[in-house]
Amino acid sequence: MHAIVVKDLHKKFGDQVALDGVGFEVEEGEFFGLLGPNGAGKTTTIRMITGVLKPDRGSVTVQGIDLRKAPLQAKQNMGVIPEVGNVYPDLSAIENLDLVGRFYGLDKTTRRSRAERLLVDLGLSERKDDLLRKFSKGMRQRVSIACAMVNEPPVLLLDEPTEGLDVMSRRLIVEKVRELNKKGTSVLMTTHNIEEANRLCQRVCIINKGKVVAFDTPERLRKTVEKIQTIEVAFDRRIDPGILEGSNISKVEACGDKWRIYTEDPDKALETILAVKEREGLRVLSIATCGPSLEDVFVKICEVPR
Amino acid sequence: MSYDIFARAVWVTAQKDMRIYYRKAPVFIFGLILPTFLFLAFFVGRELDVELYFPGFLAMSLFFTSSSVGPLIVPWEKQAGTFERLLTYPVSIATIVLGDVIAGAIFGIIISSIVGTVGVLLLGLSVESMAILILAFVLGNICFAALGVALSAPAGRVPANIMMLAALVRFPLIFISGIFVPISEMTSPGVYITYVSPLTYLVDALNQAMGQAYVFAWYVDMLVLGGFALAFIISARYVLTRKSLKGL
Repeated sequence: MHAIVVKDLHKKFGDQVALDGVGFEVEEGEFFGLLGPNGAGKTTTIRMITGVLKPDRGSVTVQGIDLRKAPLQAKQNMGVIPEVGNVYPDLSAIENLDLVGRFYGLDKTTRRSRAERLLVDLGLSERKDDLLRKFSKGMRQRVSIACAMVNEPPVLLLDEPTEGLDVMSRRLIVEKVRELNKKGTSVLMTTHNIEEANRLCQRVCIINKGKVVAFDTPERLRKTVEKIQTIEVAFDRRIDPGILEGSNISKVEACGDKWRIYTEDPDKALETILAVKEREGLRVLSIATCGPSLEDVFVKICEVPR
Repeated sequence: MSYDIFARAVWVTAQKDMRIYYRKAPVFIFGLILPTFLFLAFFVGRELDVELYFPGFLAMSLFFTSSSVGPLIVPWEKQAGTFERLLTYPVSIATIVLGDVIAGAIFGIIISSIVGTVGVLLLGLSVESMAILILAFVLGNICFAALGVALSAPAGRVPANIMMLAALVRFPLIFISGIFVPISEMTSPGVYITYVSPLTYLVDALNQAMGQAYVFAWYVDMLVLGGFALAFIISARYVLTRKSLKGL
């Protein structure tokens, strides 16, 4: 049985087509990523899977339960962190978790023990009785994540869960989600952070302009744009990137203190780089060749400017 | 449909509302302070027959308190970003509407019971029919709590706007519902205007319960209050569902 089956979702807002036949399946226990540029339809898709929005056409099943026919039972199997989804600022962290536990029908002892454990795991046990209005954004997001996990759902849906968070909050959240996934929870996550998707997801679905444009493992997707190669090189001083451009190098861009060089022929590009090094009297601090990244796939498929 | 999940969703929504929104300033202002000042403005210092006017004042108090919670919840939650989160739990728009109505009705029942008890014990007023009084309290509070929720359904994300809209709807009702001029003393055609107000039927039922002149049989009052409650609940659910189809 699939954890989530999304079939042929269509949605229009006025004349604007938001989704045009989006469909995919998430396997049980899979970590699945939904990627796409802004306005591609990721959040609309998630809102339909979570029952917040009804599709004009198409269907969603969660753990084999049709969301249209039995929405309450289907939602009983989910934990959700929506993009526009907050926790109650007038309640404390523990009260928020207790409230969510009540919605899922957990008994008092279970609610209490799970809430205490989640707050310890997410580094919030000392602030558990403070009202959330006194919390930072990162701390509120950690409570929000805990709320999505308190019912220990078989399916977890995360819409941009680490967007705008500090490093510590992001790491805590990612680790907690990973831990749940290892225990068998199926995870569907949307993110702008392609590196995060590459690291976490077993399969990704890229949507653009309301349509699925790619759907595979990150590794196989990278192979689809294999001819793009990059060389990352760091010199001992700053250079004018124009001196690197030549017939074998299609583009040069700054990448922190390094230069990222795009080429279809790494061997010839390397010769050009070494020639420039000799001519300009530069010292190479580091050099690495890289295959196409998931970001390269994303940029190519979605035709977005890099 | 799973009735146990449905019932749980309604009750937990009501519990959430009671825990969060009973403490909000607009509920105190529009639900408690305003009717008290209206009472002081119209009744104190005038040689009015307390027995004659008390059912009307009780109805006004019930009306304001029970309809003060509903208008606040949906806009407040939309502004705080909690409404969308709430919809992802095992709840539906119908359970949210019913939960909000129950929270408003319980608030109204508590406050109007205090006002009624004070009237009976301190002012020495008599109750002719406790059954009609209790029934009127329950149906009246449900009806006006549902009115509050229905008023908030088309709202955006600014609670102050909907509180003003709610006041615009609620104020005219107290002047056309037999609170300040008993319905039995009204002459047509003005009396027909009172028939479109649900508050008229609560005032009438309370008049009957407290031994004052009344116009309709008690069961007519109850049927009309129940009908209005149903209409408000259905319209709130309809509007919120329509809005959710458009992406809230």
